[in-house]
Amino acid sequence: MAIPFNLTPALPEMTLLVSACVVLIVDLFVPESRRQISYWLTQLGLLATAWFSLYVFHETPVHTFGGTFIADALADLLKFFSCITVILTLLYSRVYLAARGLFRGETFVLMMFSLLGMMVMISAGHFLTLYLGLELMSLSLYAMVALQRDSDVAVEASMKYFVLGALASGLLLYGMSMVYGATGSLDIDRVAVSVFTGNANRTILVFGLVFVVSAIAFKLAAVPYHMWVPDVYEGAPTAVTLFIGSAPELAAFAFAIRLLVGSLAAMWVDWQGMLIVLALLSMIVGNVVAIAQSNVKRMLAYSTIANMGYMLMGFLTANVNGYSAAMFYTLTYVLTTLVGFGIVLLLSRRGFEADQLDDFKGLNQRSPWYALMMLLVMFSLAGIPPTVGFYAKFAVIEAAIDVGLVWLAVIAVLTSLIGAFYYLRIVKLMYFDEAQDQTPLEARFDTRVLLSLNGLALLLFGVFPQQLMGMCVVALTRSY
Amino acid sequence: MTLPLQPTLSHYLVLGAFLFAISVVGIFLNRRNVIILLMAIELMLLAVNLNFIAFSYYLGDSAGQVFVFFILTVAAAESAIGLAILVLLFRNVGSIDVEDLGRLKG
Repeated sequence: MAIPFNLTPALPEMTLLVSACVVLIVDLFVPESRRQISYWLTQLGLLATAWFSLYVFHETPVHTFGGTFIADALADLLKFFSCITVILTLLYSRVYLAARGLFRGETFVLMMFSLLGMMVMISAGHFLTLYLGLELMSLSLYAMVALQRDSDVAVEASMKYFVLGALASGLLLYGMSMVYGATGSLDIDRVAVSVFTGNANRTILVFGLVFVVSAIAFKLAAVPYHMWVPDVYEGAPTAVTLFIGSAPELAAFAFAIRLLVGSLAAMWVDWQGMLIVLALLSMIVGNVVAIAQSNVKRMLAYSTIANMGYMLMGFLTANVNGYSAAMFYTLTYVLTTLVGFGIVLLLSRRGFEADQLDDFKGLNQRSPWYALMMLLVMFSLAGIPPTVGFYAKFAVIEAAIDVGLVWLAVIAVLTSLIGAFYYLRIVKLMYFDEAQDQTPLEARFDTRVLLSLNGLALLLFGVFPQQLMGMCVVALTRSY
Repeated sequence: MTLPLQPTLSHYLVLGAFLFAISVVGIFLNRRNVIILLMAIELMLLAVNLNFIAFSYYLGDSAGQVFVFFILTVAAAESAIGLAILVLLFRNVGSIDVEDLGRLKG
């Protein structure tokens, strides 16, 4: 029997689905003491998926499954980075998970299904695929936050995440139904044509757009849809916080690109205004509220909010330069978060969560190398050269100035100055305060090597940003 | 017998908008019970379904109705996860009052 459509564009997804099912079954028969078998199977599956994501690089977009699935350069690149991010997340959190009884098959399988949802979202060519990918990702995430069943904060965070996440999907669907009503199609390309030719009822479209932008803002954690972020970051086990703070940001970026650029590009004047408000509020609220936090995870949550504001500043310029600056920003932000939370994970021990700022006191005396890595993270988040955060901020600010939004660029610079205060406070705690406990940080060999490489990448991409930036530009110009 | 007022697309849309508004208000103004939150979420998805079906009928395009089937399926999975979290919440906190969800603040 011949299959009526081309399956090869979905090769990475199929690899991931098969490996998730294999891990699910193998884990049943693996005794507790041999849990690393399922761990290595998961890593193998993720590596294979990452390899298949770049195996066929799509120079021009390929549509399959009746146009519901797109494989293009943007999707290839984002899928590859999402896989790498999840591999690193799992690697960094291995010891942490084992110390809390979470080093189990469920954790691995949920991570893989969540990643599968993200990849479906990244490749969506139809509102239906976009919605299903989003739900697969979110439902797995809700369950992951509640994995630590006996922790009341984790369960509370999970409940809040669930209710607000469901609200966001409701908003998205309501917006999609309005766009469907106005354009008569759910296919992203056909919606784009219908909006472009002006056949659609503009009032209904703008009404739908408001809801769609709200849902995007929720997924990107932009103010005023940010309420869930600090609670979820603080309440979830740190390994899960690392997961939520990394790969889903890439998926949220793709989500925004598919909806706003893929289908509603002709309405850029309308969404640009909305995104300006979101970016402005996120930069101000995120940076100012972060100063008042004493919990590192909560502080990094507000830092995420502020950083998504900067990312949106590149996005709202509505040209390829701006989109690639935003993509570069998201990619490098995820790289930075990985190292930051990686160090928080190393600081934690059995029965002890290193989530207070004071836990960073004197880290330089305990482990100078990890203190240096954390210093790079903080410099990168604050946007200090020669780390990659400087170039990322520079690119989005330049993109905003190019379209005449100088006032927004000025506010971005001022808020990042405010932000530098709380980032540099951690550097001060690490280098100039006395350590309360002198034991050096311990880590497995593979974690040590990859965390160091990841940290040095922040420096490398900061000095030579052109390669990565070039990749982002190619991905976006080849796809749109 | 014909009805004195034939329902048109806008009637359905207004009903959908009302249901949607009721569910959003139910999520934000509800200070009592988490189960009511879950009910409000279901109502929200049903309001969206009504919209999709009305548009689908009006446009003569079946894609909207297919979407509704998917939304119904996902809604079932979603409430399963929501209720599972609710059970955990009750075990850990001993109550399902929205007011008692105050441990994480700042």
